[in-house]
Amino acid sequence: MIFNSFKFRRIPLAWLLLSRQPLRLFVALAGICFAGILMFMQLGFRDGLFDASVTVHRLFDADLVLMSPRSMSSIAMSGFPRRRLVQSMAHPDVIGITPVNWNFLLWRNPETLSTRSILALGFEPNDPLLNDPDFKEKSTLLKIKGRVLFDVLSRREFGPIEEWFTNGKLVETEVAGKRIRVAGLVTLGPSFGADGNLITSRETYLDLVPRLPRGSIEIGLIRIKDNVEPHKVVESLKKSLPNDVRVLTSDQFINFEKNYWKNSTSIGFIFTLGAAMGFIVGCVIVYQILYSDVSDHLPEYATLLAMGYKIKTLLAVVAREALFLSILGYIPAYIAGEFLYSLVRISTKLPVSMDLSRAFTVFFLILIMCMGSATLAMRRLVDADPADIF
Amino acid sequence: MKELLTVEIRKLSHWYGEGSMKKQVLHSISMTIKPGEVVLLTGPSGCGKTTLLTLIGALRNIQEGDLYVFGKQLRNSTRNTRQKLRRNIGMIFQGHNLLRCLTAEQNVQMGADLLPNQTYMFRRQQSRKWLNEVGLSDESHKLPQNLSGGQKQRIAIARALAARPKLLLADEPTAALDSATGREIVSLLKRLALEQSCSVLIVTHDPRILDVADRLLKMEDGSILTNN
Repeated sequence: MIFNSFKFRRIPLAWLLLSRQPLRLFVALAGICFAGILMFMQLGFRDGLFDASVTVHRLFDADLVLMSPRSMSSIAMSGFPRRRLVQSMAHPDVIGITPVNWNFLLWRNPETLSTRSILALGFEPNDPLLNDPDFKEKSTLLKIKGRVLFDVLSRREFGPIEEWFTNGKLVETEVAGKRIRVAGLVTLGPSFGADGNLITSRETYLDLVPRLPRGSIEIGLIRIKDNVEPHKVVESLKKSLPNDVRVLTSDQFINFEKNYWKNSTSIGFIFTLGAAMGFIVGCVIVYQILYSDVSDHLPEYATLLAMGYKIKTLLAVVAREALFLSILGYIPAYIAGEFLYSLVRISTKLPVSMDLSRAFTVFFLILIMCMGSATLAMRRLVDADPADIF
Repeated sequence: MKELLTVEIRKLSHWYGEGSMKKQVLHSISMTIKPGEVVLLTGPSGCGKTTLLTLIGALRNIQEGDLYVFGKQLRNSTRNTRQKLRRNIGMIFQGHNLLRCLTAEQNVQMGADLLPNQTYMFRRQQSRKWLNEVGLSDESHKLPQNLSGGQKQRIAIARALAARPKLLLADEPTAALDSATGREIVSLLKRLALEQSCSVLIVTHDPRILDVADRLLKMEDGSILTNN
């Protein structure tokens, strides 16, 4: 009742114009939804790629990271002297270190006997490696030479390791041509660079890679005191350590990896281009719908102009039509996006999920798509001559 | 004090086309319409009646001559000025031009929505009132596609009158109607116009409705021949 007293309340012309032809409205919404899904998937894959590339990075129990300045990314790590990491212990704020070896080795599928590249991490089992509280207990299993922890999120191509292990079967296979035994399971997650992961002791690691100098490591994890600003320690360590080593905070280490995939490969560009294609396809669909809608209703718009309605009022009607289309097209795209993300997660084990920022980004793109198309369609309306209706 | 004329035209000429294709459709027309007057404009097809109607309705630019509507000169007027002026001019089109997606009542309300500073409730009541005046209260929720030609024309009239115009322009309002309905519509127009004291200019070919006019104008070849 209160709405009836409003002076600005008008007949919902935009909605009535849109809904008058339900089939055309359905086609329009299907087109927008399709474009939205395309954008959700492309942006989801892109972000998933970047997130997946740092799955292991995020799990490290470290405040700072040492690495070689020659390291390009997780798929191209170079070694540096382990003594640099030991030197960092001299800093008063450093409370612990963990030397880590990091490289890709060939894993033999114990079922099919085919080989596949797997990311192998070597560390001292007495040192902390991951944030996972259960990991400490598992790491003691690695004190026996030739034992490894296998990542259950590794792709199925590495073999039915989890199934065999949980069923109590002895899981033995070859890594880099040497016999190893799976002593336990961990949950890390694959990335675009690594389809699977294993963790072992440095002793076993050096046995698997005999050419590697014993004093060489790829990553040095540093833990500092609580309430100490990591950036200050980084600056301090940079001054005290030679330039054959790079000092990063944990976040910088994560961004270093993400930036490699963003800037040094075409993958980020390809997925962004895919999203742009979805945007363009959506623009074409919405423009066609709105243009034909305006054309169909041109005599009616001209009548309203002849009656004394402002051209701005009619342009606002078209803009509202575009707004309705963007909202109604976005909702099913969002739901389908959620469903497809879960499908991708299950199939590829990539960390692809809906987040608020992407949900807003895609809605904003759909809104721009609809409003931009409406602006183009409005040119037809601006050209409408009310005298033509006589 | 001199009475303000609703329409005053002096030596109005109009052309269509350009260059060698340029053709004059109105030849130095002069005429007036007083407040509350019902004027019928007749003449053969192509004589310039509709052009004159669209010029008075502020739908076209004035090319030559003077045209005053409610005392406002339309020559050299801006698009915005003409749009504002049209709010006081009701137009009834030969083809009804009802909005297909709106019901009869909503179509009438599109006219009432032009009333300034009125609540939604008031505008809605106005549209119902005018729908009742044209005898279509029972058809208020029907879409134009479900109405007869006569009913559509009556809704177009209600829509025009709901905006409380001071000048009503009607282009062949009875062309698509049978004799009885046509007569009924024009009588309705005259009565409602009288009640609202607005001037009415009707372009028509229909000789059956000539007696409703206060004055009859006859046009031929772009000129007004008689001004009775």
